Amino acid sequence: MANVTLRNVRKTYPGGFEAIKGVNVDVGDGQFCVLVGPSGCGKSTLLRMVAGLETVTGGEIDIGGRVVNQVEPADRDIAMVFQNYALYPHMSVFNNMAYGLRNRGMKEAEIKTRVEEAARVLELSAMLERKPRQLSGGQRQRVAMGRAIVRQPKVFLFDEPLSNLDAKLRIAMRVEIRKLQRRLKTTSVYVTHDQLEAMTLADILVVMNGGQVEQIGNPLAIYEKPATTFVASFIGAPPMNLMSMRTEEIKSQLGGSAGEAGILGIRPEDFVITDQTPAGGVALPLTIEAIERVGAETFIYGSRAQDEQRVAATPGELPPGEVIVRIPGTEAPAIGEKIRVAAVRQKLHLFSGDGRTRIEA
Amino acid sequence: MVEQEGFRRYIAHIILWIGIAIVAFPVYVAFVASTQDNALIANGQMSLLPGGHFFEVYYQTIFVGTSGSTREPVGNMMLNSLVMALAIAIGKIAISIISAYAIVYFRFPFRMPIFWIIFITLMLPVEVRIYPTYKIVADLHMLDSYAGLALPLIASATATLLFRQFFMTVPDELLEASRIDGAGPLRFFWDTLLPLSRTNMAALFVILFILGWNQYLWPLLITTRDDMQTIQIGIRKMMTTNDALTEWPIVMATAVLAMLPPVFVVVAMQKLFVRGLVETEK
Repeated sequence: MANVTLRNVRKTYPGGFEAIKGVNVDVGDGQFCVLVGPSGCGKSTLLRMVAGLETVTGGEIDIGGRVVNQVEPADRDIAMVFQNYALYPHMSVFNNMAYGLRNRGMKEAEIKTRVEEAARVLELSAMLERKPRQLSGGQRQRVAMGRAIVRQPKVFLFDEPLSNLDAKLRIAMRVEIRKLQRRLKTTSVYVTHDQLEAMTLADILVVMNGGQVEQIGNPLAIYEKPATTFVASFIGAPPMNLMSMRTEEIKSQLGGSAGEAGILGIRPEDFVITDQTPAGGVALPLTIEAIERVGAETFIYGSRAQDEQRVAATPGELPPGEVIVRIPGTEAPAIGEKIRVAAVRQKLHLFSGDGRTRIEA
Repeated sequence: MVEQEGFRRYIAHIILWIGIAIVAFPVYVAFVASTQDNALIANGQMSLLPGGHFFEVYYQTIFVGTSGSTREPVGNMMLNSLVMALAIAIGKIAISIISAYAIVYFRFPFRMPIFWIIFITLMLPVEVRIYPTYKIVADLHMLDSYAGLALPLIASATATLLFRQFFMTVPDELLEASRIDGAGPLRFFWDTLLPLSRTNMAALFVILFILGWNQYLWPLLITTRDDMQTIQIGIRKMMTTNDALTEWPIVMATAVLAMLPPVFVVVAMQKLFVRGLVETEK
């Protein structure tokens, strides 16, 4: 059991490219930390630095009270689950799990006990003699997990372990990973680009962008109060609607300290179709351009009047002037219909003009 | 395969049979000649059916040798050839897999220049560097020895390149997983890389064994003693007789015997070869 603490960690490649620009994260004992961000944001690099597979060019990585910057991966007391599982193709499932233990000189009887226990937990007992190629994707994934569990390490590291599975299996494995981690109470760091995976797994969510941390916190807290427009559009699906507030109409509606804000954000699920404008809230007239019916809910893609430009915000960016609204699946709007949607004051998110600061009004 | 109607398929088969006959006939003649009486062959009256001297001729060939030209049992020549071919094949695989491992997995000064130097030796086969190589082997007193036969042929750029290409297809994560599992460079090589290279090694072994077995020029130069000569040299020497009759049945029996080990290697390794191709282990 151990804390993982990153203190001003930096990574600069020999070519001068700065992949990690000073990251501070503190993962408490037994907590599940998820690093999330778009591809190329440095989340995998950061995880590999914790594992010891990449050198650290600045700052300190501390596992269980010991700075491990110069420690070999094998001596860091970590176990890692790779995206492609990295199982040894020529070894049986048993040997795949036992290999790390044998290299550490553990007694064969103890190895057998540990592997069989892990196999039982992961429902692999019947497959111990098989080779990885004789297993399905989900089973390989479980072997990779088993290899990590038998080591009983201080820290589990997961590098997008579910992205090679199909959608259904991914959800099932997500739940299993969470249950397993809860039971073993092992500190875990998990990398993913899937915000849903991030939200459901994390005790601590770290949203990264361009080698920096955008926001750290409890997933729901981040969802409710995103610190920047990047976080706002990355966490939550479909993404938050972000609108620049040049229009005097909106500004006058909000009033007060909202005057400094440059960008208004409203989540699709916070809109209601109504003719009234709630006090202090915002109402928008929309023309429906597209409808996505998912069953329990329906997403409306509406366009606003063209003079109200929307800010550019990646990822999941919408074309200027487009607004996504989520309504219950029971309602049946039609394309081309003109509607009026409104959101109450508490559901509005205000950001500075550059999108880097949240404004609490 | 495109399905073809009867007539055209027969034509195709006939052409294939003609091809097989052209390749197989000389082999058949060699075998038939090795079972006949020498006088019959010398008279030009050789029949195309096997004669009655099979056991007699092969016994003499393997254990006694010709009565005139070489007088060296072919069994001994085959042993020499076998030692040389095995030493070349195994030596080449061992040396090149290690050098490929160094080049792919380690960062050391002048890594790329060294790689290119190895690469350039592709342009320097034995025939090109034969004089300096002979000089070195002679100075090291390795003439007429197994070491002299095999060592100069062991260093191999081709096999190094082949293993390099293969290692580059092995996912980096396997190395990383090994590092986390506490396996050092030697362990990773021995426990992971070697087992994965098994089919590559088998394929190379087939090619290199045949290459070694068929060496002619180099053994011709450095072996002078009869008991060190290889089978390929032996055949040539048997045919050179000054005044006596060439002992054709023995020459032909030697040729047939010279074909057997490569055939055996190909047939034996083919299974491993095909299995390796069918089971993708990555």
